[in-house]
Amino acid sequence: MSLTRREALGLTAGAAAFITFGGQLAHAAAAETEEAIKAFSGGAMPESGKISLEAPEIAENGNTVPVSVSVDSPMTADNYVESVLILAEGNPSPAVATFHFTAMSGEAAAKTRIRLAKTQNVIAVAKMSDGTTFMDKKEVKVTIGGCGG
Amino acid sequence: MFSRREFLMAATATSALLGSGMAGGWSKLMAQQGLSEDTLLSMEPKGNLTLVHITDIHAQLKPLYFREPSINLGIGDVNGLPPHVTGADFLKLYDIEPGSPDAYALTSEDFVSLAKTYGRMGGMDRVATIIKRIRSERGADNCLLLDGGDTWQGSYTANKTLGEDMITVMNSLEPDAMTGHWEFTYGTDRVQEVIDALPFAFLGSNIYDNEWDEPAFEAWKMFERGGSKIAVIGQAFPYTPIANPRWMIPGWSFGIREEDIAKHVEEARAEGAEVVVLLSHNGFDVDRKLASRVDGIDVVLTGHTHDALPEPVIVNGTLVIASGSNGKFVSRVDLDVKDGKVAGYGYRLIPVFSDVITPDADMAALIDEVRAPFADELSRKIGTTESLLYRRGNFNGTFDDLICQALLEERDAQISLSPGFRWGTSLLPGQDITVEDLHNACAMTYPAAYRSQMSGQTIKDILEDVGDNLFNKDPYYQQGGDMVRVGGMGYTIDPNKEIGERISGMTLLATGEAIDPAKDYTVAGWASVNEDTEGPAIWDVVENHLSKHPTVKLPDNQSVKVVG
Repeated sequence: MSLTRREALGLTAGAAAFITFGGQLAHAAAAETEEAIKAFSGGAMPESGKISLEAPEIAENGNTVPVSVSVDSPMTADNYVESVLILAEGNPSPAVATFHFTAMSGEAAAKTRIRLAKTQNVIAVAKMSDGTTFMDKKEVKVTIGGCGG
Repeated sequence: MFSRREFLMAATATSALLGSGMAGGWSKLMAQQGLSEDTLLSMEPKGNLTLVHITDIHAQLKPLYFREPSINLGIGDVNGLPPHVTGADFLKLYDIEPGSPDAYALTSEDFVSLAKTYGRMGGMDRVATIIKRIRSERGADNCLLLDGGDTWQGSYTANKTLGEDMITVMNSLEPDAMTGHWEFTYGTDRVQEVIDALPFAFLGSNIYDNEWDEPAFEAWKMFERGGSKIAVIGQAFPYTPIANPRWMIPGWSFGIREEDIAKHVEEARAEGAEVVVLLSHNGFDVDRKLASRVDGIDVVLTGHTHDALPEPVIVNGTLVIASGSNGKFVSRVDLDVKDGKVAGYGYRLIPVFSDVITPDADMAALIDEVRAPFADELSRKIGTTESLLYRRGNFNGTFDDLICQALLEERDAQISLSPGFRWGTSLLPGQDITVEDLHNACAMTYPAAYRSQMSGQTIKDILEDVGDNLFNKDPYYQQGGDMVRVGGMGYTIDPNKEIGERISGMTLLATGEAIDPAKDYTVAGWASVNEDTEGPAIWDVVENHLSKHPTVKLPDNQSVKVVG
């Protein structure tokens, strides 16, 4: 039989670095991620806290990985979450989504599915109405199959 | 009990007196003299509530030999902590006499000679006796029987009946709840059909519907026993759709989902739970980390990694209980519940010595009944082994060496790969290999043995990836199991390194040449998680091999070097 590389690897567990980028490209993506964060926050690196990002430790399917974010905020007219940026640090193009909220949203929470090219950090940044920013990140491993047992 | 030295002297003396023909009966007699059902089962009772835990039975209905690992490395913070302690170190840690029944049950030390002395372990008819006795001593209304999963898979009869033999047997024991892992390899329809008819709860807090990302299973259940309210939260194996074929259960998503467990603990306490139990198939290190991060769990009944520990590991005020595998052990946890909380506990890991514990007659008859249609095939001899055949260990086991050898020869491959499962029973030197024994090592619903071309780089990537699933420093990224077994190729591994840097020195054993990342090699393997894998079933591959080489004699496998 002829197996594609994906099929052959399924025997045990796949290689994490299936879709590998050259060192230069990976470096460029990390730099792009940092730039995107700073552009969003207005220059400063965000603090940790207030925002919580949930994602699986190991993706069952790298093509559709469920992620959800929620931000601790009273969501009142003078204190609310303006927007949440989601980035996938290791994707060819790190920007994934930006969710916009108003005080009328009632709650700053969102859920979506994203595609991850390889094992990487997923990053979520929240911008509050007073301009402060908060960040959370989680490493999601992209693997193909295994032999746990 | 006698020490190992005394035992050896006694054995010599007795053999001289009685002749070797008596050896079998003598060893049974010795085991029975030194041990009794009473000494195995008696325990100072504590409080008014008892949890009975059994897990990872892997469809083993009959008594068996099961050698515990001689190597089980712990990475990072858990290095040197139970269950990552083996052999003589384990005996020392728990103050167990070498050569004693506990030493035989819990370690690989002197396994062959002790196996001949103390005999087989397990057998669901013996397990039934233990459960009935606990229920009668403690009062059935004060007991909960909890099954940690990996119950329906792992034998010829389970595979033929899609788990029905085990379901019948377990139902007769009347468990209160179970969770699962290999159960899911029978596919969505079968699992759903069985669960719908199950007379007890199948709990899975971490199983979600893939389409709407909503809980798909009952997450937890409240019980009233011993005058207390006990919440049992179920946690299925988090990486089932990754370690096993996702295509068989396309609608279900798993994961650790620690935040869900924390939420259920809160709900349960709010509804008046005085005791919160996590019935888990996470694996030991995952559960240890989870217990350290989620407050309010009184007991974690852990499974998946097949560890048997004679004492609970206490983490953040939580008892983590590891009850072994293959029906070798039953755990009894007594809890003293006072003023709405657990005030004290008693614990006994009961080793199921099959020559000592009387089989329950009803269960023995039921087991014979479910096996009867397959009796001839089960006992059909296909070879003999001169070596101890076993599987457990981080890097290799002789049963896998046999499978890898069969793959190389029968599939005309340069390199063979066999998954590092932790199930699979052991055979002593001199034993026949029967169809049942072979299937105990490979019975599953995706047995196709493929043959394919892979580059040296691809093979390295596979080893690196499996290595990271096993040795990642963060337990939440570990999938359990052991390192993939390799035939025809040697390598060096440094488990403490990061992914991409653990594996080196890959060498084709036939020629001694280094594996070239750019060159293609013919690789044979089995148990692919992909839907369209083609090839003969692995048991046919091994049986064909045995028909040409009916006597198995395996040298020590020295092809994997562990450094660091």
